[in-house]
Amino acid sequence: MMELRDVRRRFGKTEVLHGISLRVPEGSFTSLLGPSGCGKSTALRIMAGLDRPSEGQVLMNGADVAELTAAQRNVAMVFQSYALYPHMTVAENIALPLAMRRMSRVERLPLLGRLLPAARAKRAQQAAKVAEVARTLGLEGLLARKPAQLSGGQKQRAALGRALVRDPSMFLLDEPLSNLDAKLRVEMRSELTSLHRRSGCPFVYVTHDQAEAMSLSDQVIVMMEGRIAQAGSPRELYETPRHRDIAAFIGGHPINLFDAKLDRGRLTGPFAGVPLRARADRAILGLRVEDVWPDPKGPIEARVRRLEYLGNEVVVHAVLADGTAIRALAPGGFAPAGPDTILRLACAPARLHLFDAGSGIRLPTRGESAAA
Amino acid sequence: MTALSRRTRETLTDLWLTGPAVAAMLLLIVIPVVLVAVLSFTDYQFGARRFDWIGWDNYRELFTDPIGRRAITNTLIYVAIVIPFSMGLGLLVALGLHRMAQWAPRLSDALRAAYFLPVAATLVAMAVAWQMLLHPSLGLINAALRELGLPGQNWLSDRGLVLYTLAVIGVWQSVGYTMVLYLAGLAAIPGDLYEAAAVDGAERGWERFWTVTWPLLGPTTLFVAVITATNAFRVFETVATLTRGEPAFASDTLVYALYREGFVYFKAGYASAITMVFFVFVLLVTLIKFRVLESRVHYR
Repeated sequence: MMELRDVRRRFGKTEVLHGISLRVPEGSFTSLLGPSGCGKSTALRIMAGLDRPSEGQVLMNGADVAELTAAQRNVAMVFQSYALYPHMTVAENIALPLAMRRMSRVERLPLLGRLLPAARAKRAQQAAKVAEVARTLGLEGLLARKPAQLSGGQKQRAALGRALVRDPSMFLLDEPLSNLDAKLRVEMRSELTSLHRRSGCPFVYVTHDQAEAMSLSDQVIVMMEGRIAQAGSPRELYETPRHRDIAAFIGGHPINLFDAKLDRGRLTGPFAGVPLRARADRAILGLRVEDVWPDPKGPIEARVRRLEYLGNEVVVHAVLADGTAIRALAPGGFAPAGPDTILRLACAPARLHLFDAGSGIRLPTRGESAAA
Repeated sequence: MTALSRRTRETLTDLWLTGPAVAAMLLLIVIPVVLVAVLSFTDYQFGARRFDWIGWDNYRELFTDPIGRRAITNTLIYVAIVIPFSMGLGLLVALGLHRMAQWAPRLSDALRAAYFLPVAATLVAMAVAWQMLLHPSLGLINAALRELGLPGQNWLSDRGLVLYTLAVIGVWQSVGYTMVLYLAGLAAIPGDLYEAAAVDGAERGWERFWTVTWPLLGPTTLFVAVITATNAFRVFETVATLTRGEPAFASDTLVYALYREGFVYFKAGYASAITMVFFVFVLLVTLIKFRVLESRVHYR
């Protein structure tokens, strides 16, 4: 179990982590999610022991590990650039962590080491382990190749192999899929899930791709501008985002956000017919695209502008009576009479989000408090 | 204009682009080398009206005559000292300065400039300084030795010592250059490889060096080796200014012998033979680079 307590990190005068605290429970798949420059990679490097916090504590299984190096913490890490050693074959790359841990300097010597019987036995042992790892990752045919002869996906596997070959205390992955093409990325996602399940180790996964974070993790920690914005299960983040920015960041379709005026706790303007109560005069109304759909009896009136056909569904781009744009999701068969058709839209009041107009913090609404 | 087909036009463009460089190479390199090669089989003397073909006699003389052999062995010994020491020290200094740049960038820059100074300065001027330092009775080096209770040496006139003295000066002069090349090589090593090495357990200096630094400096090392070797084979200024091959040809080198035979004794044929031997040495170094090592250090 890994824990950060009020960790700050400064580079010169600029502080990139403003006191973050988080826990990675045993066996968890935790994602650090955020836009670039939010400090997620720095946080990961501090967990790894490659960087040290300016303030705060790093704990593993309750013990302070500030003085321990990455190797002593026994973490395994996969880098965005893969960081394979270019002069070694795939097999040598994967075997290196074993050689470094289990052999003495003399045994590692290239020529003399080969003559020592103890070293030979260890090399054979390592080769068996490497072969086993290569089998699980489908790298058998590539073991004799140099990294320069591999494709992006193969390099990715080799880098994973190097992390998997020993029994690490935890896996740290720094945007490992960002250099792969879209199809391979989806494939590797399911491979990562099964690797996580098999190893039982905690995984910490840094990404800026919310779909990756949501589909892989049991815990997502959203970071923004060096702070933890929200931590929770993917479902919590999606259903109850604590801040307007999180609502905007999470979800496949970008959320609709409107400046809404309330009169005595009720929405006014185009949303007057939506049954929702809250204690505010002005607020930001968040309406997920997938939570608004065409319905002849719906309370919202809109004029169709453009349709985005995606096969199984259609994104309807429309404008409200006051001219603000709104997007809604219709089934793939949806076909309005033509552009500029007037459309009625319905939404689920329980799935609306209200945020404070100034701070962007989530406001409680009537429907929610009743559910809670 | 339109009469020319596209193919002809492209051929003309190719000729136009490559022609000048090819002509310059023929004129300035290939033809002189061929002429020198031809001359090396004659007994031609500068200013003479005629010459005779003497076959391999010039080469035979160079390799059997004690003076000629001396020049060759001296050069090889000199090269054998300068290459490893200049590369080793250059790498050591570069590693030190590269690391120092993190905590004392100004000092690191100043030291780098200091180390590079001998490269930028003309060796002939620097030779005067060395002559003063190495002077048997007035020189600072012997004075320092005497302070330590050690006997002073005749650095430039002792037969057994003079070649090594020159080699030390040669190393001093080239360390700055190898250092700068190695610094560039070090700066090009991606930082995440060091981080991967730290995670993999290669975190102490020795393991880091052998796992990441040394292998990734491979291309740099090869380049440095070739540059240092060709420079060392060309040793001339220090010999010409400090010793003139004295005492008793103990510091005679190939290029100095070539200068002496060609420009002092005007034995153009013999000097050409020396040139060809020198040329072959340098060619060998370059061939080794291309054939044997190039493919090994780029890890493809």
